[in-house]
Amino acid sequence: MRIEAKGIAIAFDGKPILAGIDLALRPGELVGLIGANGAGKTTLLRILADLLPPAAGTVLYDGKPARTLGRRTLARRLAFLAQGGSVQWQMRAEAVVALGRLPHRRPFADLTEADRTAISDAFAAADASAFRERSLDTLSGGERMRVLLARALAVEAEMLLADEPLVGLDPRHQLEAMALFKRIAANGTGGVVVLHDLSLAGRFCDRLVLLDDGRILADGPPAAVLDDGNLARAFGIAVARGDRNGEQFVLPWQALTNEEASR
Amino acid sequence: MSAVAVPTSASERMSYWRLVVLLAAATLVMAALSLAVGYARLDLFAALGDWLAGRRSLPALVLVELRLPRAILGALVGFSLGLAGAAMQGLLRNPLAEPGIVGISSAAAFGAVTVFYSGFAGAFALALPLGGIAGALLAVLLLFALNGRGAGTMTLILAGVAINSFAGAMTSLALNLAPNPYAALEIVFWLMGSLADRSLIHVWLVLPLMLVGWALLLSCTPALDGLTLGEDTARSLGFDLTWLRVRLIGGAALAVGSAVAVTGAIGFVGLVVPHLLRPLVGHRPGRLLLVSGFGGAILLLAADTMLRLMPIRPELKLGVVTALIGAPFLFSLIQRLRRET
Repeated sequence: MRIEAKGIAIAFDGKPILAGIDLALRPGELVGLIGANGAGKTTLLRILADLLPPAAGTVLYDGKPARTLGRRTLARRLAFLAQGGSVQWQMRAEAVVALGRLPHRRPFADLTEADRTAISDAFAAADASAFRERSLDTLSGGERMRVLLARALAVEAEMLLADEPLVGLDPRHQLEAMALFKRIAANGTGGVVVLHDLSLAGRFCDRLVLLDDGRILADGPPAAVLDDGNLARAFGIAVARGDRNGEQFVLPWQALTNEEASR
Repeated sequence: MSAVAVPTSASERMSYWRLVVLLAAATLVMAALSLAVGYARLDLFAALGDWLAGRRSLPALVLVELRLPRAILGALVGFSLGLAGAAMQGLLRNPLAEPGIVGISSAAAFGAVTVFYSGFAGAFALALPLGGIAGALLAVLLLFALNGRGAGTMTLILAGVAINSFAGAMTSLALNLAPNPYAALEIVFWLMGSLADRSLIHVWLVLPLMLVGWALLLSCTPALDGLTLGEDTARSLGFDLTWLRVRLIGGAALAVGSAVAVTGAIGFVGLVVPHLLRPLVGHRPGRLLLVSGFGGAILLLAADTMLRLMPIRPELKLGVVTALIGAPFLFSLIQRLRRET
């Protein structure tokens, strides 16, 4: 599914959060959404997921507004993984992941064979099968995040929007999660991932969108977006750069003073 | 992995329906027990025989005029309170929510007290419950007006707090200005909740309202499951939260409003029952609804039967007994919450 956002603007309590955002998301592409705290990443992701109506601008899904597409259709085609991953009740992991099948199921109907397969596949993909029978409150933060990731994968949507899905994951599972996002994007599922880890963003994403104070500062291939000027302006940092087997990577190295950042 | 887990989820569903059937059967047993227990000795089968044969004998009258309404209302009111409590806890994602949290119960109580106070109560038998129902409906209109379209859960709770305190204040005002101490006493006793001296007319009055309310609440089953992961996730799963709130508030108002209107305020059932039963349904808020309804019916029938068996006259008020059972439970819950955090 293609998502096109045009002229998106929104303000909370008179403070502009996003302004003049134009963004197109395509199938088969993993987009990393990066930016400093408060740059508007979560707000933009919620607007793209039709969870928040923008004050100005339009979001089209395959050329149609969400209203003509229908709530349920959109729910089947677009999966959203919320930030933080709070689960109110102490449900078993399997019941949580099964929630991802709700858009596909008739109300009160039992899980179909297709639902069960999707749930098992999602558990396997998120490397969470081991705690399938466990209650969520007995899992660590990272394990819970993997279950919630499996929940989003179980939707089997054409577009996956994930807000900071790496929070709480250990390095191995961060790498595996990014590889998973890249793999499902390569299989045709589009994806937008809000990230704070610039190294992972640069290595795994096909494209990066850098938000700075509610506007898109840069949008393009990681190497172009992660240039010194952009990073100094958006984050106020200098990075160390490296190369491993021909693959470039950046490592946040130093916080810059205001004068250094504006230079 | 899946080969192991698939039978588990299937058997989980089986055990859920087994639990529902078990609780439904227990409700019937408690209702039968409630019929059998009373102040006069009653040969239940003889009474039933007389009634079915159309003989208006004394046992038949005791059964139909006294015992039957009491048992049926106990089941209906208990079911409404348990179901609405589970629904409110699911909607607000808070284990301490109860059916009255959005102000419906206190508004219904205030409606009934107004009828008491104005003297209409004596005018015709149904004035009191009708006043209560009017109060509940007024509260719902106010809730929707205060919340408007698309307002969040927080606004809903705040509006509920406002309605609760206003209705509570107005009820106190009515007591304050009561024409004589007996009127005030009558109001206070009514507020404590009771199933005594209700008739089948009360049953017919509230039954249709409750059935519509239950249907509205039960229709929220999948959406409440989706809400487990937060409002954004629920909406991304295709649920319209505004419509969900309308159904839940409307359903709770019909079910609980009419319950309070015929029996007075009966606390703790809607809070305690969902808590007790939640572990039995794997903490799934959707599955908790039906189960909590039956649990509420069982608890209320048990409490009402118990107070008639106790050698205390005049009989204890039902709301007092449920609170006596509920309060210690709440203390233990606080202890558990403190250990968890």
